[in-house]
Amino acid sequence: MLWACILLPQLALDGVLRRHAAPDEPLVLVEGPVQRRMLRAANAAAKAAGLRAGMPLATAQAICARFAAVEHDPAETGRWHDFLAAWAYRYGAQVSRQMAASLLIEVEASFRLFGPWPRMETLMREELAALGFRHRIALAPNPWAARALAGVHDGLAITHDAPLKQALGQLPVERAGLPPQAAISLRRMGLRRLAQVYALPRAALGRRAGTDTLDQLDRLAGALATPLDCYQPPDHFESRIEFNYEIGATGQLLFPLRRLTGDLAAYLAGRDGGVQRFVLKLEHDRGAATEVPVGLLAPERDAAMLFELARGRLDPVQLAAPVRALQLIARELPPFVPAGRDLFDVRPQQAVPWEQLRERLRARLGDEAVHGLAIHADHRPERAWRDHGSSDTPPPLPRPGWLLPQPIPLRERISRILAGPERIESGWWDGEVRRDYYVVETEAGQRAWAFCPAGERAGFMLHGWFA
Amino acid sequence: MNSVVALDSLLDARRLWRGQPQARPSSRQPTGFPALDAVLPSGGWPEAALSEALLPLDGIGELALLWPTLARLTQAGGLVALVAPPYLPFPAAWANAGVRLDRLQVVRAEPRDAAWAAEQCLRSAACAAVLCWPQQPDDRTLRRLQLAAETGQCLGLALRPSSAAAHASPAALRLALEVRPPQLRVLKCRGGNPPARPLSWPLPVGESPAPPNDPRTAVPDRA
Repeated sequence: MLWACILLPQLALDGVLRRHAAPDEPLVLVEGPVQRRMLRAANAAAKAAGLRAGMPLATAQAICARFAAVEHDPAETGRWHDFLAAWAYRYGAQVSRQMAASLLIEVEASFRLFGPWPRMETLMREELAALGFRHRIALAPNPWAARALAGVHDGLAITHDAPLKQALGQLPVERAGLPPQAAISLRRMGLRRLAQVYALPRAALGRRAGTDTLDQLDRLAGALATPLDCYQPPDHFESRIEFNYEIGATGQLLFPLRRLTGDLAAYLAGRDGGVQRFVLKLEHDRGAATEVPVGLLAPERDAAMLFELARGRLDPVQLAAPVRALQLIARELPPFVPAGRDLFDVRPQQAVPWEQLRERLRARLGDEAVHGLAIHADHRPERAWRDHGSSDTPPPLPRPGWLLPQPIPLRERISRILAGPERIESGWWDGEVRRDYYVVETEAGQRAWAFCPAGERAGFMLHGWFA
Repeated sequence: MNSVVALDSLLDARRLWRGQPQARPSSRQPTGFPALDAVLPSGGWPEAALSEALLPLDGIGELALLWPTLARLTQAGGLVALVAPPYLPFPAAWANAGVRLDRLQVVRAEPRDAAWAAEQCLRSAACAAVLCWPQQPDDRTLRRLQLAAETGQCLGLALRPSSAAAHASPAALRLALEVRPPQLRVLKCRGGNPPARPLSWPLPVGESPAPPNDPRTAVPDRA
């Protein structure tokens, strides 16, 4: 087995930055009690201004006049960690988020699908960069070694035990994931590299540094197998973006909406599912949240399409109050069946398949706007059609091409009767109809389908046009 | 003018350019009426363009004019979209006309959204033909529809009242149905002069023969 470790050195900061519309302006994460605020992390612009992690907030304010300070939220960071684990799930069946700020993925089983490791690594890096997370990646035969090597190297790939032993030997003692006390005491003994530690007599080392240290050394070398908690993707998706200002127009929600739908698409791709129904929740300061349901006829997972549909539903919404947070909730995630395409299909630019076009039309015109036609076996013309389903065989009778939704009195004067009467008498159980239908020609030359009550020949009602 | 110049010398000196009649490729969209195909310059509906049918009234044979085309397209598996039809298409009659109902889609839209929906359908290239009923469209709307039909390589069919005949239109083909006497008049066809005489209606249905490719009757595109 080969394990890839993706180390996320700035997980908390990246999670905050990716929702900010202007990530190039100085921004820091702060933590600690109110009396003694400390900087936890600073972005590139803030670092350029001289701000450093670990600096008191007061000092930072003395150095730099304008920067945004965001409270560090460990729960939020945990959610991003979960999100990335869901993303990583597409690359391997065994994904662990057990170690802080890192993801471990068993990748060897996926080589046949994604190609050899360099290609897979490139793919991962591209996607992480697009998602907006900084990362370091290392590959090793066991997860503990991968984690330790990712802390020192970026892009290192070790597939065999002999080079692993050499690389571990070069590792600084304090970066090997040993218990902190043990690492400090080993360092004070003058042992700088792990190779020196491995050279010590095992029993003596165990007495001095403890069995935890021995276990970690064995795990690194692959001699001790410790099971990892594997990640299981949840069966629903929820993501929320909170704004620190009020949003009064739906147009300003588009940027966060694009992020949310993009995250949803990444999550769906990871579990090879689609989404058929999701809800956008616009939270206000006061009052109930506005819910905008987005429904599709078939499961989809394309990010651009989901964004366009959600946008179509969001545009006509009248905001009763300013929005403070936007939430996307998808509870039902049915399996996704991609549509088949013809390999040699030459299609013009801007071409969209019918499914996508149908969703686009429904998003703007309403859920019921697009429907099919089918024949229903009923003598009454009003009930002889359905807007879905399969058709019965058509009756070999004269029927008009256009049917009026409601019969109306025939205003045009009849010049002659072309055919009829055809008695239609049915439906005593629900809405009885007793009519004599005639094909008539009006004075203007139109051919109409009109009826009058059975047995009479006056009071014609127009019901269709033979067009 | 005091000197008479021989035309030949001008032509020899290449000071006159003679317009070459270009033979247009024959259409792959026959109307289903041999008599109508024969008078149309491309031998059928103009492909990837908007065509108009102008009607004085409802119920005078407008569907009979379109059904052979729609039947052929749906039988071949193409999708036909009806955008905001004025009445409900009665499925039994459409099926009897040979139209495959499962390849027919009806889009309900308010008049202000109908033009947008028709443009989306035309542009998408998902449909083989799009029928629309533009309500008092301005020149811009029609031009958008025509461009969308070109972009989506789609047969666009607009059904409009005959009062629109007085106004210019960017459609590639304009047909007018008349009632008294029943006849079909070609008002405009891109790529040729419209025939002077109207065709009597109803037309006999049938396979259209191979269109005559006579370069002398074709004139350069003026539309």
